[in-house]
Parts: sequence; C-alpha cells; structure tokens
Amino acid sequence: MSAEKSYVAGEYPDLPPPVTEVGIIGWIRHNLFSSTTNIVITVLTIYFLYLIIPPMLNWIVLDAVFTADSRDDCRAIASAAGHEMGACWAFIGKRFELFVYGFYPVEERWRVDLSFIMMLAALVPVLFDNVPYRKKALWFSLAAPFIIGWLLLGGMGLAPVPTDKFGGFMLTLVIGVTGIVGSLPIGIALALGRQSHMPALRMVCVAFIEFIRGVPLITLLFVASTMLNYFLPPGTTFDLLLRVLIMVTLFSSAYIAEVIRGGLQALPKGQIEAADSMGLKYWQSMRLIILPQALKISIPGIVNTFIGLYKDTTLVIIIGLLDPLGMGRASLADTKWQGLSTEVYVFVAIFFFVSCFAMARYSLYLEKKLHTGH
Amino acid sequence: MSSQPETPQLEISDEVVIQIRNMHKWYGSFHVLKNVNLEVNRGERIVICGPSGSGKSTLIRCINRLEEHQQGDIIVENVELTNDLKNIDAIRREVGMCFQHFNLFPHLTVMENCALAPIWVKQVPRKEAEATAMKYLERVKIPEQADKYPGQLSGGQQQRVAIARSLCMNPKIMLFDEPTSALDPEMIKEVLDVMIELAQEGMTMLCVTHEMGFAKTVANRVIFMDGGEIIEENDPHEFFDNPQHERTQLFLSQILAH
Repeated sequence: MSAEKSYVAGEYPDLPPPVTEVGIIGWIRHNLFSSTTNIVITVLTIYFLYLIIPPMLNWIVLDAVFTADSRDDCRAIASAAGHEMGACWAFIGKRFELFVYGFYPVEERWRVDLSFIMMLAALVPVLFDNVPYRKKALWFSLAAPFIIGWLLLGGMGLAPVPTDKFGGFMLTLVIGVTGIVGSLPIGIALALGRQSHMPALRMVCVAFIEFIRGVPLITLLFVASTMLNYFLPPGTTFDLLLRVLIMVTLFSSAYIAEVIRGGLQALPKGQIEAADSMGLKYWQSMRLIILPQALKISIPGIVNTFIGLYKDTTLVIIIGLLDPLGMGRASLADTKWQGLSTEVYVFVAIFFFVSCFAMARYSLYLEKKLHTGH
Repeated sequence: MSSQPETPQLEISDEVVIQIRNMHKWYGSFHVLKNVNLEVNRGERIVICGPSGSGKSTLIRCINRLEEHQQGDIIVENVELTNDLKNIDAIRREVGMCFQHFNLFPHLTVMENCALAPIWVKQVPRKEAEATAMKYLERVKIPEQADKYPGQLSGGQQQRVAIARSLCMNPKIMLFDEPTSALDPEMIKEVLDVMIELAQEGMTMLCVTHEMGFAKTVANRVIFMDGGEIIEENDPHEFFDNPQHERTQLFLSQILAH
C-alpha cells in the first residue's frame, strides 16, 4: 500500500446506488434490455402482445353483450352501440343454471349449493394443518362425503333425485372429487402391494396396474356404460354414474400407484433399515417413515395425475352424461343461439383453468411447507 | 487419539449376550460369511476391522436381522434369531444400531426422530419419551438442536443424534457400522468422544471401524476379518503390536502407513 491512499474507508459518506441500477428502471435494464438479443426479444414480444391483447379485450369485454334474448338480439344491440359484435355472454347468462346444475330439479337446487359449501368446508382442514380445531374438523371431513351423497341423491326425508339428472359443473365436481379422493388411498395400496414380498399380492397389483394403464379411459367408460350389463345378472340395475365413478377412480389409481412407486424407490434403503433396526413394524414404518417421504417426493406427479383426471371427466360426454361440455353442445342446438360455440368453450375453459390452477398452486404450497432440508 | 487417557479396566461379566455359531451367509452364489463363530460377553467393546468387502458390516447387520443368515445359529440376549417375527422384534428392541450414513428421518425433527421408536414400539407416553430424548440429546451435547431438522445439522451432529436416537430405546447392545466413515475429519472426534463415553459407561458395543485410535482406547478385543472369515482376534495391544496372521500384518501396515 502506498502512503497516498485514494480511498479511505469511512471518510466519505455512502452514496445511494445510481438510479439505473435499482428500482423499476434497474429491473427493466437488467431483465429486458441487457443485451442486443434481449432488446430484440423484448421489442418483438411487445409487438406480439399489441397484436393479441386489444382484440381479445374487445371481444371479451368492450364489444361484448351481456344481456339479450337471442343471438340476433346480441347483434342488434352491438350494432346499435356502433361496434362489431364481441362475445355474446347473454347466452351463457341465460343458460348459466343449466351449466351449473344440469337437469337437477329447480326446487331442489339448494341441496347442490349446500353440498358445494360442505365440500369446501370439508376440504379446508384436510388441505391446511394450521386451522383451529383441526382434529374435530377432520371428523366433519370424514362424514362430509356421506352427507353430501345423501343431499345429492335424496331419500330419507329428501325428495330422491335420479343420477341422470346430474349435469354441468356439478357433475364434473362429483366425478372429479370422488375420483381424486378415492384414487389416492387405492393408489397407495397398489404401490405398496407392487413392492410387497408376497408374490401373489405383487402379481395381482402389477396385473391391475398394467391392465388399466394399457387401456384408454374411453374404453373403460364404454365398458362401464354397456358391457357391464352383459356380465351382471339380468335384472340388476347398477347406476350408470356409480359405474363411471368406479371406473374413473380405478383408472387414476393405477397412475397414482406408479407415481408413488417412483417416490418409494427414490428413498434410500437406509430409511427402512433404520426403522427396522428400532423395531418398528411394517405398517408403522410405512405410515411414519416411508410414506410421508415418498408422498412428499411424489406431490408434483400426484397433482399432475389429479389435474389430468379432473379434465378427463369431460370424456363422460361420449356415454351420454352431460358435463359442462355436453351442456354446451345441447344448448348450442337451440336455434335462437346458434353459432356461439366460442363463448361456450371459453366459459368452460375458464372454469377448468381456475380449478386446475388452484390445484397446481396448492401443490406448490405443500411442497414448500414440507421442505425440511437445507 | 493416542493422547487419550487409557480407559480403566472395565467390568466384563461372564454372561454371554451374543452367540454366533458356525454361521454362513450367501448373497446369491457369493459366500459372504464363512463359518463365523463369535461370543460376546456383557460389557465387551469389540472393534471389527478388515479390508472392504471382508463381510464385517454384513456380520453385524446379521445380529439384528437387517441381513438374513442361511446357516448356523445367532442367539442374542437368549433369543434365537429365526424367521419368527416375534424373536426378531424382541432382539431389535434390545439392540441399537448406528449407520455409516446416519439414516435419520429427514421429515422429522431431531426430537421426533428420537422419541418416535419409544412411542410406537414401547408405547411410552409422548411426554416421557420426549423427556428421555432430551436427556440423551444432552448426553451427546446437542440439546439445543432438538427442534431442528436433520438436514440443518452437520454430519457429526447428525451422527450424534443417531446415537441418541438409538439410546432412547435403552438398548443393551449397540452396533456401530462404520459410524465415522462418512464424516469430515474435523467431525470424527466429536462422534468418537460420544462413543468412548458410552463405552466407559459399560455399554456392550460392536463397532465396525477403521479408527485404530478408538480401538486402542476403548476396545477390549479387536477382530480382523478378511474374505468373510474371522482371521484373527486378540486384545488391542497384542493385535497391533504383534499381529499373528500374515493378512493382518499386511492390513495393518496399509492402514497405519498413511
């Protein structure tokens, strides 16, 4: 070091960082305009968004018609206002109840509403562990499926509603939630069975998983809707919706089983050895040591399968159940509203996106919460 | 380690706690353990060493049935190891084990790791199990880490938790399978110190280790294995100063040379 120091620590006040390095300007400089390539990409992206967003906004909101009695009505209102016709949301508005409840009797629809609220209430203590009185709330969650079943089907004091009246988003939720709730435990059992030391059990599990995975869901749904009648003794009536529920649940449980098997195999052998060496029994080690870790690893795959299952519920349209897409198709047959399929599909897409996005976010939250390593 | 004060002569009772007779084990067609005979009395501190692949880890893993032997008898605390799950459980309750890679449960806190087995295997009430766990965590000198997860601890701390976890089951015999092999050099001592303390309290210990300083300090017997056989066993002084067998001499010259 020379005697003349150009800078002595502490003798000058600390200057604030230059405006070009921090805040919004700093962020934009670093992320959008840091190099020639980046500048080109940024400009192209802005141009692309300029092409896409204004027409979309016009169609969805600005030029849209929200109340009208027919498609022609929509067009008339739009031209009276001096612009082209955007989305004719009036159509969705008029058919909204059909989309939500299907053909569920109008005077009984409160039962669907109540079921929906109960489902949300039952999910909260299952999904989040920091709710007050969680232990008691979990008992409610356990009872909720049965109460909801009773509410929706009726009987015992309520007017019975046959399942062929179910439809719309309510049907999607019934199939989707039953499939999700049912397939997780079955999938876990299959995954453990596939790793079992008992050859017979292992073979049954492998055969089941490979068969189900090897067959398209549509085929299984057809089997459920038609072929099952040939196998069952004549005269037995076996509710179509119930058959679909069973098939969907079994179908996704095979996928869940494979996802969880991946998680089980990712665990080091030392975990089970440590559990064994301390004298834990098989089921204890599975429940306390192995499954919590294997399931945690498998969360992305499990949620992926659930999202797939949830969207696959739209396939029931081909065996005559009227899910939202089926409802849309049925509504479009109305001559008053012909040609408005875009509105229907955008509306249904928004519903599915919201549900699936919520599942995806929850899985991220769960992964973060269960992260214990460093 | 040689600066460690030599352990005073510890009591070794006449009671035989582990008896292995004419034991053989195969992995498929590979003969891993050949005619192993070993008797361990209560209070003995035995170090098992030998080149890698000599079957030393397999031998101690047979004692609590992490590995199955195919021939011969293993009797632990007067219970014979057979396919009877009841016997296996009874033995595992008396025998604690520490692994090379600790094998702590990463999804549970240190406290939960320690209290788990007493609660589920011995049906100890949670409060009591946690008090016991705290006692042993204090003994391995990490009570302040009780609420952390294993992933937040250093290797040496993890291995000490693993020892505390085993001790919580109040075992009569402790097996150590290369407890310091996966540790950074500066952490080996903290683990060995805990093990030495344990030995001085009279715990029956079988340690597979290459820590010859530890063997000299606490072991009352050193067993050398090679090729699945017990080649030589002797008290540590004789073993190190005057190895009888050619293979033992070679092994010792290799590990002590570097």
